[in-house]
Amino acid sequence: MTDLTSLTIAEARDKLASKEFTSVDLTNAYLGAIDAANSVFNAFITVTPEIALDMAKASDARRAAGAAGALEGIPLGIKDLFATKGVHTQACSHILDGFKPEYESTVTQNLWDDGAVMLGKLNMDEFAMGSSNETSYYGPVVNPWKAEGSNQQLVPGGSSGGSAAAVAAHLCAGATATDTGGSIRQPAAFTGTVGIKPTYGRCSRWGTVAFASSLDQAGPIARDVRDAAIMLKSMASVDRKDTTSVDLPIPDYEKALGQSVKGMKIGIPKEYRVDGMPEDIEALWQKGIAFLKDAGAEIVDISLPHTKYALPAYYIVAPAEASSNLARYDGVRYGLRVDGKDISDMYEKTRAAGFGTEVKRRIMIGTYVLSAGYYDAYYLQAQKVRTLIKRDFELCFHAGVDAILTPATPSSAFGIADEALAADPVAMYLNDIFTVTVNMAGLPGIAVPAGLDKKGLPLGLQLIGKPFDEETLFRTAHVIEQAAGKFTPSKWW
Amino acid sequence: MSVDLATVKRVARLARIAVTEDEANRMVGELNGIIDFVEQLSEVDVTGVEPMTSVMPMEMRLRADVVTDGNKADDIVANAPATDRNFFMVPKVVE
Repeated sequence: MTDLTSLTIAEARDKLASKEFTSVDLTNAYLGAIDAANSVFNAFITVTPEIALDMAKASDARRAAGAAGALEGIPLGIKDLFATKGVHTQACSHILDGFKPEYESTVTQNLWDDGAVMLGKLNMDEFAMGSSNETSYYGPVVNPWKAEGSNQQLVPGGSSGGSAAAVAAHLCAGATATDTGGSIRQPAAFTGTVGIKPTYGRCSRWGTVAFASSLDQAGPIARDVRDAAIMLKSMASVDRKDTTSVDLPIPDYEKALGQSVKGMKIGIPKEYRVDGMPEDIEALWQKGIAFLKDAGAEIVDISLPHTKYALPAYYIVAPAEASSNLARYDGVRYGLRVDGKDISDMYEKTRAAGFGTEVKRRIMIGTYVLSAGYYDAYYLQAQKVRTLIKRDFELCFHAGVDAILTPATPSSAFGIADEALAADPVAMYLNDIFTVTVNMAGLPGIAVPAGLDKKGLPLGLQLIGKPFDEETLFRTAHVIEQAAGKFTPSKWW
Repeated sequence: MSVDLATVKRVARLARIAVTEDEANRMVGELNGIIDFVEQLSEVDVTGVEPMTSVMPMEMRLRADVVTDGNKADDIVANAPATDRNFFMVPKVVE
């Protein structure tokens, strides 16, 4: 049988429908690929072969009975912070040691309801805090891409590093991920895959381990724009259990692909041209502009004046919300417990032993900025700046801009254990400079591969859209993808 | 504003995270680095600007006040480190 793992979700969907092979065949192919290569990447931290095959058999039976769903029989990887009933769910943290939820997250339930198959749980930065997947309790993930002529192991980005690496290395047909400051878009850009963070409220957050509740949003990482559109349609839903989820119809996103972008206004924000931006990134941006111009779009210079304040505001708001969300990890009801002389001692020892360094850092910052005497100066100020950031976007959209084009990242994938980044937390935070604005404003954003840098590493462009206008993002990203082509790492493993 | 060792220890206490002397000292530098970075927010003129409390403007959906869940104590304690007859067991809470 030809390599089934080389098929996209759309291709597999068609061939499963025409009975060229079964979901069991496809699932076995992926389980084989994971068995052969996962130790190289450390993308999956738990593989669920029995569950996968049970689900695949059930899927084949449903198909035989004429009841095939939108993702029938498609094997997916699931980021470790989605609650999967009876299966390891720890957000890659030691503090949730042994946690197996008795419930399923809404997003993954949606996928199973549409017939998908679960291959296992994917590696991530601990509690989604990180931009390189290096803060995971289970160790770093290796990017399937390597620089030309180099054997250096590179990061896949984060926090959804396992998701991005698994998709790029063909260890799953697609993967779920989440994005709080860029955790879908940045790893997608680092691995030559497509990742979309939908509008805040498009997907339910129920059953996803919370990091920053006003910023977190689930979304797919997939091999191309079509696959991402197919996955998002299944993942999205309004949910009574998440009052921030929005009750709006879910379009058939796939239909947006192939629609013309003639006459669309694409905004180019001058504030995204940062000091010291590598020329590869500027060249990529110009290339993207040319692609869209050639397709008939109108390029418009715009200004988003508060852009530079998004990252500092994020590093107040996100840690503040995290300090509140992570207060529940106290050794009482689930996860790790380290005994102490009294309950307070138990809390302190458990949390000290259970949380990694970056998580502790962010909890501390969050606690500090929310503490008496500092709340107004930091948290309140940041929330006001957030209103201004959102307003910048609203004014542009109101003036007729349909979508905004920016680079996705300030560089291509960097090396694992990079010393300069390890020494300075803020340097690592700068990786999110182009992506955090989108979470702060609650808007949808997609990262689409658009080229390679001088070292042969993938670079992505980001499109930012109006609330609940993911269709425009898919339409426009597809145009870029058609012009730029697809990028697959050459197999060294 | 900058943090000193005493502040770090106070914040660690608030966050219920035990820190060693070495860790606390290291955190002084790291937290100050982050605080310095976010300090630039004070440049922004926020006169008359409301803090963003809702990402998507919406009215919270209400439901009828009826019991729709429960009777699953076993599920709830299933992952607990120490339980007894569906109670979570903890060290004595001393006042």
